[in-house]
Formats: sequence, structure tokens, C-alpha cells
Amino acid sequence: MEIKENQLLRFTTAGSVDDGKSTLIGRLLFDSKAIFEDQLEAVETTSKRKGHEGVDLALFTDGLKDEREQGITIDVAYRYFTTPKRKFIIADTPGHIQYTRNMVTGASTANAALILIDARHGVIEQTKRHAFIASLLQIPHLIVCVNKMDLVDFSEKIYNDIISQFEEFSSKLYIKDIRFLPISALLGDNVVNRSKNMDWYQGGPLLDTLENIHISSDINKLDARFPVQTVLRPQSEGFLDYRGYAGRVSSGIFRPNDEVAVMPSGFTSKIKSIDTFDGELDEAFAPMSISITLEDDIDVSRGDMIVKVNNKPKAEQEFSAMICWLNNEAAKPRAKYTIMHTSNKQTAMIKSVLYKIDINTYDRNEEDKGLSMNDIARVTIRTTRRLMVDQYRDNRNTGSFVLVDDVTNETVAAGMIL
Amino acid sequence: MSKYYLNYLDELESEAIYILREVWAQFENPVILFSGGKDSILVTHLAKKAFYPSKIPFPLMHVDTGHNFPETIEFRDYLIKKFDAQLIVGSVQESIDQGRVAEEKGKNATRNALQITTLLDAIESNKVDCAIGGGRRDEEKARAKERFFSHRDDFGQWDPKNQRPELWNILNGKHFEGEHFRAFPISNWTEMDVWNYIKRENIEIPSLYFAHEREVVNRNNSWIPVSKYLKLEEGEKIVTKKIRFRTLGDITITGGMESDADTLEKIALEVSAMKQTERGNRTDDKRSETAMEDRKRQGYF
Repeated sequence: MEIKENQLLRFTTAGSVDDGKSTLIGRLLFDSKAIFEDQLEAVETTSKRKGHEGVDLALFTDGLKDEREQGITIDVAYRYFTTPKRKFIIADTPGHIQYTRNMVTGASTANAALILIDARHGVIEQTKRHAFIASLLQIPHLIVCVNKMDLVDFSEKIYNDIISQFEEFSSKLYIKDIRFLPISALLGDNVVNRSKNMDWYQGGPLLDTLENIHISSDINKLDARFPVQTVLRPQSEGFLDYRGYAGRVSSGIFRPNDEVAVMPSGFTSKIKSIDTFDGELDEAFAPMSISITLEDDIDVSRGDMIVKVNNKPKAEQEFSAMICWLNNEAAKPRAKYTIMHTSNKQTAMIKSVLYKIDINTYDRNEEDKGLSMNDIARVTIRTTRRLMVDQYRDNRNTGSFVLVDDVTNETVAAGMIL
Repeated sequence: MSKYYLNYLDELESEAIYILREVWAQFENPVILFSGGKDSILVTHLAKKAFYPSKIPFPLMHVDTGHNFPETIEFRDYLIKKFDAQLIVGSVQESIDQGRVAEEKGKNATRNALQITTLLDAIESNKVDCAIGGGRRDEEKARAKERFFSHRDDFGQWDPKNQRPELWNILNGKHFEGEHFRAFPISNWTEMDVWNYIKRENIEIPSLYFAHEREVVNRNNSWIPVSKYLKLEEGEKIVTKKIRFRTLGDITITGGMESDADTLEKIALEVSAMKQTERGNRTDDKRSETAMEDRKRQGYF
């Protein structure tokens, strides 16, 4: 099917088999016809072998051998489906506390998060955890699905009670847009099609919500930021003096003739042209990959950031951030790490840990300051040279970073600048 | 312009270009793994876009099983000339002659798994630190867990349970000598996206993808092309059918489907109505439930 003007929506789901997450994804894929006959046959065979009645929709999302054996999701898995209105990418993440790092990973690029609540159990620890991560990673839209409504006789009262429970604790979080839906993933009520069992619910089904959420304004259009990835110097016939700064627009809008500054040097120039293989552009916005040429010959290289003269990011050598520790090996006090921020790379250290957060209760812990796998903490980072930073709340791309351990080369922490 | 958002194909294109540029910036000696199939052709096309007006800065590396469609090799050489690119060939036949690998035995023997050794040897001898592939997460369940930048240890092995987390758009390609990375710029594309984009951009692809008359035999519910490598089994009959291929691999294991789709428009339309997955005609994936994961762990594409 052809979808010309259509957008891409990335959403994340977190949860365990128990609250019906895999069944819900299976249902979305199945009902939107993203599942092929041979996949269905394979799942039917496995369902039978495992002694399930009918087709176990959850099996569509099983990936690795260990996951199939243990019936759990270990790592982020990506799923795709398309409707006449949008293309969807699902980052399917495990919900167990042990896998906080995978939830954080899945959430980092999502436009929306689906949180599932089992209608029989209401809000549990896991619900709070998922909502916290959605808020920490600033996912713009949160869709709370109260699932298994069929097991509580499609009761409006139970549904409303759960909404109240959720709103009570979520008022402590920073989430821009929360919506609630009563569904039954198993039976398909309010997933792709409207439920016939819940006349009291006036809203549309889940797919309808996913297709129509307004996401164009999720990207920051005010602060023009262009981290330079590499410099294009073809030195070929017709392009002997060509110097194009290649990168992807992080935020904001760039146009030819814009007065720009190259950070951190601060040298100023004007945009001469915005080039792509398909021709020059009159304007470029996030997340377009382009190359920029400037009127003046100034020194620009990878790690630099082109911004508007009158709207610059902060140049900081020390800043506060929330970080999530992602590695089995705990943080070493005052150790040096490589910080990767946009296209920039510097040496950094965690100067101090202010507090850790218990993601189930949202309590702060100022006593225990060791950072180990899945810990979330507020820290101060110090870098050897200045970084061009924005607050994560304003800008997901220029407000985020990762720390890399130079001994193992592994990505050990994800950070959001405050 | 009144709207400031990209349509999905433009966003996928932009993401792929971003990843290709990161590869160029973070690695010393990257190559594009080129099979002659549509996905690696697409990656090559995107590399052209990513570095324009410069030439594609990566050589194309082809792991040649020796069991090719002649059309694939013809097309490969044509594309190399067109993009003025460098070609590196790793030959499975040579690996066999050198005794590095032995031909599989038995009824369904293929050279599919043998490619792993040849690929890893070619990566090592050419000091490649990043091999860019056309793998997509929608292809297969093990691939759904793959990163954009995927680490391989010094044995070329993939450890799916110990992958580096990949957050936002930050790609960590740091590695030690002897290790390498695989990069997958079109991870987020589906088969349908690939065809819609090929159609939109009018990208040249081998004639095998278009419906054509061919001598074939029916095996495991698909049409296997007649070639000098094909050993007829009892009861099998050579017939001429109008077919096309949905994916291209080894000529011995790539099954065709009956089709009249002889233009990109017709192919895209046909793919959108397809009831079987792309790899459904690939006997290499049917060997076991985790056939792909097992091969990937060892260093497969």
C-alpha cells in the first residue's frame, strides 16, 4: 500500500507476558494484517506443541532462543506495521526491573509509550516504574491501556477506579499527554475495532489513537541545532573547492542566508546552500540529513555544531544530569569515561552523585551513592572540554549523552541533561 | 512549506544516511557487504546520497558462493562501474580449495553456511573494521533484536544477550583491534518500504526481480531455477514458467514465484498483497526454528 504524506510513529511497550503485552502486540499485528501465513503457521504449530488452545498471539513477538525457551523478553525487539495512515515502529521492551536499561533504550526514541494495566490488579509497582521511565525519557504521549476488561465484566467502575489510582501518582511526574483506554487484547476489544461490550466508553480504539496522535510538534522547531558528522570534500571536477558539512538537523529550521555560528569556536558566517543528492533546499528541519555550505572559509569539523547566531546552546564543562546505569560493572568513583554527545566525543567523569531514585516509589536515596546496573541517579558530570548542551526537556538530541567505558568500550550509562 | 515533518520514506532515508555517515566518521576501513540483492543495492544507493558530491567512500565486498545467478554478477559489475567503486571478492570456492571449509553433504546441501568462514576471512585479511549490511529487522525474528551498530568479537561472533544498548541517535562504534562491527542502516525498513522506495527513486535492480520465462523445477512448494548445480531428484520435471524472484541468494536455494509483475509498479502492488514472508522461499531458514540466530551468532550476515 502506498502512503505518501504519512508519518512514522515510534512507540514503546513495556510489560510482561502476564499483563498481556505480547498478546496486544500480536493482536495489533494480526488485525492490521502485518502477519504472514507462514508466520501464522509457525505460531500455530508452536501453540499446539505447547498445548495452548487456539493461536497464542504472544508467540509472534518471541525472538531469541533463550526468550522462546523461557517465555520472556530479554532484549528490545522491533516490530513493524503499516496502516493506510501511518507506518509504526514498536520497540517491544521487557518490563521487569532487571531490564530497566532496555526500557530506557526503547523509550529514548519513542513518540509514544503504551502502558498496560491488568484490570484485575489495577496499578502495581511495575505500572509506576513504566510511567516513571516514560516521564524520565520525556516520551511526549502516554497511552494507558487497561487490559483484560473481559475478565472484570467490562466494568466501567473498575476502569474509572484504575484511572484515579493512576492519576494519583502520575501527578508527581512530568508527562505532557496521557490518554486512557479500556481494552481486551485477547478478544480484540478496542484494539483495532471498537468494543461492542463497552458502550460506556466514548473514545476510539487504540489503533485509531495511534493513527491520529499529533506528533509533528514533538520535535523542537525553535532552536536550530546542526551537529556536524563529517566534512565532504570531493575534490573532483566541478567540486574542487566544495566543502559541505554533513549532518542531520537535530532541531529547528535552517535556511540559506541564515546568520550562523559554529560552536564551540563561535566563528560566524552565513549559510550559502543546503545540499542534498536530490538538489538544493530552501529550508531544512529535523530529522533531515543534509549538508551545509557556508559563505566563509572557516574551520569546521566533526563534533562542531552549527547554530543560529541569536540562539546558541550553553557551552558547559560541568552540568547536572539524570543518568541510568546500563552495565553489569558498577560505576567507579571519579573514573574517566568517554562521553558521546551529538557528534562530539570528550573525556568525562562523574564528579558527584546527588541521589538515586527508587523507580517504584519515586523516593530519593541520598545515602547509597553507588551506581550499579539499572540504577537511576542525579549526578554532576565534568568534561575536559566544553560541550554545547541544551536541557533534555527542551531538546532530546542535544540534551542527551552516553558514557563509554574506555577499558571495555561498552556503553555504560545514558544521560539526560538538566 | 506549511508542515514541518517528513513522510515515512524520507525519514527512513534520512536515518540511513545518518548511520552511513557515522560509519564513515567512526571507522577506519568500512566496506559495504554487497550480495547483488535489492537490499544491498539500496544501501549502495543510500551511500551515494549520503556522500554526494563525493564518491561512495566504501569498497563493496561480495562473498561469492560460486553458485550465482549469472545476472547477479553482471549487475554487480555494472554497478561497480557506474559508481566508480572498488570491488573486493571473497570466494567460497577458494575457501573450499584451501580446505578452510568442506561442502555440506546430503540432500539439501548448500553453500549458505560456508559463507561465514569466507566472509570472516575476507574481513580479517582486508582489515575491515565495519561491514555495512542490508539486514532488516522485519526479515527474521533474530534480526529483530539487531542494533544499528552491532559488535562482533575477535572471532566474528555475535552475542545477542550482551549487546550494547543503543539510545537516541548515539552510535558507539568503539572497538579493539581485531574486532569488527556490522552496521545496518536500513534496520527499520520493511520489505514494503524497500519496494516503495525503489519505485519512488527508480533504482536499477537485476532483471531477476521482474517476471520472466525460466526453466524451473518444483521443490518444497517453490520454483527452483535450473542451473548446472542443480541435481534433479527422482520424479522432478523441468518446466518453463513465468516467474520472478522475491529475494536473491544462492541459485541453488532461491525459489521463484509465478508472477506477471514486470514493472516496479506491478511488483510493489504484488508485494503488498503477499501472504508469505520474504524468506518463506529460503530453504536455509527452514532448517530449524532458530536457524538464523544460530548462523548470526557464528558471524553470518
